[in-house]
Amino acid sequence: MKKSFAALAAAALATTAAPAFADLTVPNLSYRTGSYAANGIPYADGFADYFTLLNERDGGIGGEMVAVPECETAYNTEKGVECYESTKGMDALAYNPLSTGITYQLIPKVTADNHVLYTPGYGRTSAANGSVFEWVFNYPANYWDGASVAVKYLLNENGGDLAGKKIALVYHNSAYGKEPIRTLEELAKKHGFELKLLPVDPPGQEQKSQWLQIRRDKPDYVLMWGWGVMNQVAIQEAVNIRFPMENFIGVWWSGSENDVGPAGDKAMGYKSISFHGVGDDFPIYADLKEYVFDPGKAAGAGDNLGNVLYSRGMYAAMIISEAIRTAQEIAGHASVTPTEVRDGFENLNLTQERLTELGLPGFAQEIQASCADHGGPGSAMILQWDSSTKKWSAVSDWIESDAEILDPLIAEDSAAFAAESGITPRCN
Amino acid sequence: MFYREAGDFKTSYRADSQTFPIRLDRMGYIAALVVAYAVVPFFIDDYWANAVFVPFLIYAIAAIGLNILVGFAGQVSLGTGGFMAVGAYAVYKLMTGFPEVPFFFHVILAGGVTAFVGVLFGLPSLRIKGFYLAVATLAAQFFLVWLFNKVPWFYNYSASGQITAPDRTMFGIYITGAQTSAVAKYLFCLVILTLVALMARNLTRGTVGRKWMAIRDMDIAAEIIGVNPLSAKVTAFAVSSFFIGIAGALLFSVYLGAAEVGESFGINKSFLVLFMVIIGGLGSIFGSFAGAAFLVLLPVFLKNVLVGALGWPTDVAAHLELMIVGALIVIFLIVEPHGLAQLWRIAKEKLRLWPFPH
Repeated sequence: MKKSFAALAAAALATTAAPAFADLTVPNLSYRTGSYAANGIPYADGFADYFTLLNERDGGIGGEMVAVPECETAYNTEKGVECYESTKGMDALAYNPLSTGITYQLIPKVTADNHVLYTPGYGRTSAANGSVFEWVFNYPANYWDGASVAVKYLLNENGGDLAGKKIALVYHNSAYGKEPIRTLEELAKKHGFELKLLPVDPPGQEQKSQWLQIRRDKPDYVLMWGWGVMNQVAIQEAVNIRFPMENFIGVWWSGSENDVGPAGDKAMGYKSISFHGVGDDFPIYADLKEYVFDPGKAAGAGDNLGNVLYSRGMYAAMIISEAIRTAQEIAGHASVTPTEVRDGFENLNLTQERLTELGLPGFAQEIQASCADHGGPGSAMILQWDSSTKKWSAVSDWIESDAEILDPLIAEDSAAFAAESGITPRCN
Repeated sequence: MFYREAGDFKTSYRADSQTFPIRLDRMGYIAALVVAYAVVPFFIDDYWANAVFVPFLIYAIAAIGLNILVGFAGQVSLGTGGFMAVGAYAVYKLMTGFPEVPFFFHVILAGGVTAFVGVLFGLPSLRIKGFYLAVATLAAQFFLVWLFNKVPWFYNYSASGQITAPDRTMFGIYITGAQTSAVAKYLFCLVILTLVALMARNLTRGTVGRKWMAIRDMDIAAEIIGVNPLSAKVTAFAVSSFFIGIAGALLFSVYLGAAEVGESFGINKSFLVLFMVIIGGLGSIFGSFAGAAFLVLLPVFLKNVLVGALGWPTDVAAHLELMIVGALIVIFLIVEPHGLAQLWRIAKEKLRLWPFPH
């Protein structure tokens, strides 16, 4: 019985592995099932649609078509490993698993196998230090930037003084949710606010006790590091205890239309951080409509156009395609290898002019990567939800993160990783 | 015709009570070992190792461990995920604390630590039985996961609470870490599985195993004929947790490389291993292998067929996969409640009579 399984599986594998070789391959490790599907689907759609647009409109990147084989991880690390192993043989140019747990597993693997891991706004924060993490990139911003930006925004709101204020952090009790704690603790020391930690066990459908605690302690502000169903439940619970929405700020993964939707009108005023613009009024959407949506080539159900997570998936795809383009310029040929794409990521220079050319004027910040800097500018803005128009709008300009606090933390954490895995820092 | 015992004479008690008394079975067993040790390593690549063989071997160890507790000693446990977490965190602390000790001993020691924890949580089994014991072990599951999340000492104060396996070698070959070859991973797990299976088989057919089975079948009667329930139940928990701890240690260090307790060792893992044991067959070593193979290989196989060969969208395939696996579990339990091991036994009975069943 086992034999026949193996034979059949081998036959199935042989048929899958064949097609993708001639193209540039960027696997899409997505999740469209499980408790995180509501957030995984729009992201995966945006990611796939952007590459479809490049293929349909420009004939790929530099004349090479891009293949985006999709692999379902269900946000599960074991399936993530399986997906990585099944796609790495196709000369995969970059991985973007959209899961901090899977990222932690892939960091040593991509380093040994020489593949790029691109984790915009998630993953291991200290990967911003390129001298230790040669194959990992997380620009434009990471969790610690997010925490710092949120605190800076609150400082501005309070005339530069947070002393004596109480800030609660409601977080997904996992590697992802724990990332900002260290930074927030440092910031609490620096600015004299009191930090309260409220872990929510994944997937986070049950948060009554945490919000009861918030009702009792009456913190001035609540920050949230949530994902999937946890976001919707938290916003609903905040509504239930009548917590003022404008004092409730989610990180970029806790601020999509799907998250505020279930609370209806009561979610009015909820804020979230973002490192890119949202909405479908960028010029690129005309092209997307013409080449992707109207011919029926959109990924998934095609109903996520322009929402926050769709834009973010598109952002990741845009950066990866720009890195591939840079790699092609450096290498002087179009069919680049994973190693050449790594150089492309490291020499990426994304300017506002280039963004305008791409049909995304003002969509994101400029990035100038370097050997040591894999973390980007680290600035972000605050969006606010308007439930009457069902739109997010920016309520702040780009806010820079507090490098004075973050740089030593990143240096410390990456030095620990370098010592653990015997890496000698590069870039000197 | 092919599968029979006629002419297979035994001249000693030893030969009569060996694990595979029928020659064809014995040859099949040796052939399986030869294929596993001498053929597979030459053909294995990263995909086959990481997606199919290594998880199968590790889950087989866990299933053997749980089968000893549930199948042989009759003590229902829902704490498997928690005990695997103990193994994983023990091996992590040992690997980072004593890097000079060979990794193999760390795995065994991690099993030992888990055995100790298992005995602690097994003590209530002396007073409570059945569903109530299941609930007590469920408490162990949630307590252990909470503990490893809560106390930073267990994850060496890392910012994210993740544990990452450092690189370790044996005889100059990488066993853990990203540079490990597929062959090394596979062979290391295979050696441990072989040792575990031999040990389990010999324990279960000796005095200890008979005591477990006596307790399982009727504890009062067992006590009357002189079986000490304390030692029988405690040893069952100890041996079972020892194996489960080893499986957890390997799952984290060799297979995943990095783990997070809530995600990798949650309640789902407890149910997964319990399903393996039930589908494979309670009280059967072969059943543990069959159950692990069924639940590890089937999803990978379905995924490759539906997405790879048929080209269906990944979400449709993932949902169908859940439905097919779920339906098969229900069908199996209705058609053959004693699991795959019983199917195998019936097949053998039929083969012995074939082609003249009357």
